[in-house]
Amino acid sequence: MHELALMAELQRLAEAELQREGAQRIHRLQLRLGTLAGVDGEALRLAFAVLVSQAPAGSPWRGAVLDLETIQARCFCSDCDQPFKPIDMIHACPRCGRLTSCVLGGRELELASLEVS
Amino acid sequence: MCGTCGCRDVHVPRPRRRLELQRNLLSRNDARAQRNRSQFEALGLLSLNLLSAPGSGKTALLEQLARRWPQRPIAVVVGDLATDNDARRLRAAGARAVQIHTGSLCHLEADLVAKAVRQLPLEGVNLLVIENVGNLVCPTAFDLGEQRRLVVLAVGEGEDKPLKYPALFRSADAVLLNKIDLEQATGFQRHRALANLRGIAPRAAVFPVSARSGQGLEAVVDWLKAQQPRHGSRP
Repeated sequence: MHELALMAELQRLAEAELQREGAQRIHRLQLRLGTLAGVDGEALRLAFAVLVSQAPAGSPWRGAVLDLETIQARCFCSDCDQPFKPIDMIHACPRCGRLTSCVLGGRELELASLEVS
Repeated sequence: MCGTCGCRDVHVPRPRRRLELQRNLLSRNDARAQRNRSQFEALGLLSLNLLSAPGSGKTALLEQLARRWPQRPIAVVVGDLATDNDARRLRAAGARAVQIHTGSLCHLEADLVAKAVRQLPLEGVNLLVIENVGNLVCPTAFDLGEQRRLVVLAVGEGEDKPLKYPALFRSADAVLLNKIDLEQATGFQRHRALANLRGIAPRAAVFPVSARSGQGLEAVVDWLKAQQPRHGSRP
């Protein structure tokens, strides 16, 4: 359940931005989550739902919505000199079968944008 | 009172605007980890993050390492939800050990490690091991400032463990296959476990060991002696 710790960090980041912008409400958060990040999207949604449902009157979080974008894994085969999308958790090149540990994408865990007013 | 936000004033909606941030949720932990790593390197320490499921033998392996490492004592930061049992065992084996009680936290974070390391006298020490909370999921994403990541897989956990927890095994620089003294008794098929491991972590060094008998541990010590502190962040 490290998703709770991550949600606390998300809250901290978003509130710092809100303050910097002089805004009072958070309407929408866009989060990019890679399939290799080791983070469960449903657990994040649950933690977010708790954060929003517990927000008192006047809190910037009242009615906030979480958009979760899933980023698929992308690897690179140095033999074929080509990127590829692995078909499962074993990152084997679909052309030559070589196993690779070169990951181009899929580890994302980032707050992409905030919609505030 | 307005019906939108509960304020006592007449609510005048302000225009919505979108802020593009692209901020990594782990950036604060990563920055702290990077500071830890620089500090460990400046002190001439090789630092390890040791991870496994509960009961795979992390502490038993460290008791062996504490006795076998050429430059004694080794230093250990050990994380558990509760009790000082592991730190006591490690001190009895000659290590300098400090226990972190994580309470309900299922993993260690870089700032917890920084605070714990401050409690350890490090003069004359060149190996620091951070024994993480027993957990194959949550600790994966948290860089602690280690230079190498070691994952323990024990015979009896099942040959397909690397396939079930790929993110953690993929992050390993070395995997210790522990409790090989129980291989026959448990019907463990080593070739299957190694094939699964190879698929997930093709570049990780693999060491079959027994923390109980000490078998295979010299190879681990030799591998560790050959590791140079790594500069820059973890990939």
